[in-house]
Amino acid sequence: MENLITRHRNVSVLVAVLFAQVLGLAVQVKRSGQSEETRLIRLWTVSAVAPFEKALVWTQHGLSGTWHNYLYLRGVRAENRELKQQIEQMRIAQVRLSEDAEQARRLQRLLSFKEKFIAKTVAAQVIGSSGSEQSRSIYIDKGSADGVKTDQAVITADGVVGKVIDVEQDHTAKVLLVNDESSGVGVVLEKSRLQGILRGTASGELVVEKILSDESVPPGERVLTSGGDQIFPKGLNVGVIIKAIPGSDSFLNIRLSPATNLSKLEEVLVVTQVDTRPPSLAETGGRLRAADVLAERLPSVPPKPAVDLNQSAGVIVSTPGNVTAGNRPSHGSESAKPAAPRAASRQAATGDASPSALVVKSETSPKPGVDAGLNEAPRNPSGAATGDTKRPDNAGASAVVNAAKPATGASVPVLTHDAKPSLTSKPASETSNPAAQPANKSTIPAKSRSGPAPLEDNPQ
Amino acid sequence: MPVFYDSQEQVEVYRFSFLTAIFIPLAALFLQAFVPLRLPWFGVFDLPLLVVIFFAIARRSQISGLLTGAVIGLLQDSLTHQPIGLYGIAKTVVGFGASSLGVKIDVENIGARFLGTVFFYLVHQIIYFVVARGMAQLDLHWSWSHESLASLANGFLAVLLFAVLDRLKQRT
Repeated sequence: MENLITRHRNVSVLVAVLFAQVLGLAVQVKRSGQSEETRLIRLWTVSAVAPFEKALVWTQHGLSGTWHNYLYLRGVRAENRELKQQIEQMRIAQVRLSEDAEQARRLQRLLSFKEKFIAKTVAAQVIGSSGSEQSRSIYIDKGSADGVKTDQAVITADGVVGKVIDVEQDHTAKVLLVNDESSGVGVVLEKSRLQGILRGTASGELVVEKILSDESVPPGERVLTSGGDQIFPKGLNVGVIIKAIPGSDSFLNIRLSPATNLSKLEEVLVVTQVDTRPPSLAETGGRLRAADVLAERLPSVPPKPAVDLNQSAGVIVSTPGNVTAGNRPSHGSESAKPAAPRAASRQAATGDASPSALVVKSETSPKPGVDAGLNEAPRNPSGAATGDTKRPDNAGASAVVNAAKPATGASVPVLTHDAKPSLTSKPASETSNPAAQPANKSTIPAKSRSGPAPLEDNPQ
Repeated sequence: MPVFYDSQEQVEVYRFSFLTAIFIPLAALFLQAFVPLRLPWFGVFDLPLLVVIFFAIARRSQISGLLTGAVIGLLQDSLTHQPIGLYGIAKTVVGFGASSLGVKIDVENIGARFLGTVFFYLVHQIIYFVVARGMAQLDLHWSWSHESLASLANGFLAVLLFAVLDRLKQRT
């Protein structure tokens, strides 16, 4: 045996080295389900490569900055003039949009929506990549010392980039790009609100999976994060659909054009903190408008005890909650109204997604679908509301919320209960569209415009 | 110049300085990690593999070749998010094969360098995919067109790169 090994020394060494690596690989694959610590060899390699990469990036930025900021200033005056014109146009648009945003926040507050918003980000520079087409990951120059942890979202102003998968050092972390084959992001189509899973392909393209082929998905529709993966906040831009064809299975094969150029990343933002809170008036600049004061004084539905399951047509389990954010006095005529639609409406209005509220919705809805994200109306980075307050599948006993604007100019929020299972409110993306705004306002009943009509029950 | 050697006496064995042996693989890894950020198409090249082939055929020692391949492959693995050993196994085999072939053929010949690199690139990719899919259960997709073009691109780059690296060789 010893003679054999000596005679075939080279082959023996080859077999030994291969065997050791295969063994190591098998151990890693077996442990892949457990929490994996950074391996020493990764630490060494990153420690060896990262400083050079950082130095090169720093040098490159320095030279580029010197050239563009001090030397190559051709056409800057003309560009400055154009930008000033753009600013003027954007100011006009901003006035219109801020009005819409305030209205959206007010409505969210009325519904006790809780916003998930990006509270803290860390800007980082991309210093390197894996260098492999089979592993689409990048290295950034921020690490544990900067508050970066694994499973934090990485974005740019354009959209999502990926998530932190490994914090190698104090100032280096590895980010898995969304176009890697092992990546997965919960997404929702902007208009149709269809939910799917974003994945990468071998060639680095983005595809959306798990959308049934009988759905209509037009090219050009934007795709946003759904927040379902608990990593990416809801409403971040992912990309635009370029092609949707039926796949081999019963799902569509949807290809996306990414919102962010993933092959040319230079600076990114790591979302280090996501907060959840109800929207506050402070966000509107601290201004308390007459309409808000009026809304506080409007009567509200008193908290009702749980309704006996046998007494109503649907299974109703009521949870106490206020219709508005403020504590209103009780409304006397409210108790005379039918209990089931009212209770369901109230829960829909308060955005209560507690299990009991979900029971109401699922039992009274003609299509038993429950949108677990009912109480979440996060804003996208631009501040526009993106929460889908109602969808056909959860419109069982829906509350119609109209923002009434009386002739005086002060807007009066009015809740109208509607027991009819109908889709009555538009998605936030549509309401935030200035063009769609007049249509929204036109849905206000005439009598609610004339005065502070607090609550109207219209059981039909 | 004959392409095939007919005896061991004709084979020239080279060695490299310690700094070259350390610096060149690290530089290849660094460039492989950095350049695709600025030039995305550069990702089609596999500089560490070219360095493995170059060292293996220049040294003409199978053990040296396979160890060089193993080390460079493992370092390359450590830059990815995948299990360590995928590139290591593939480059070990390539290092062994390239050094074995270096004994048989004239590796100074441009044509031999080009064809050898194309061949070893394909071998490398096949081993990588087999191990990645078979052992690590990675969902990778093989594309003959892509791999063929990539092997040709690497072959062309190898001809240029080897000409540069030839200057670092030292006769034994």
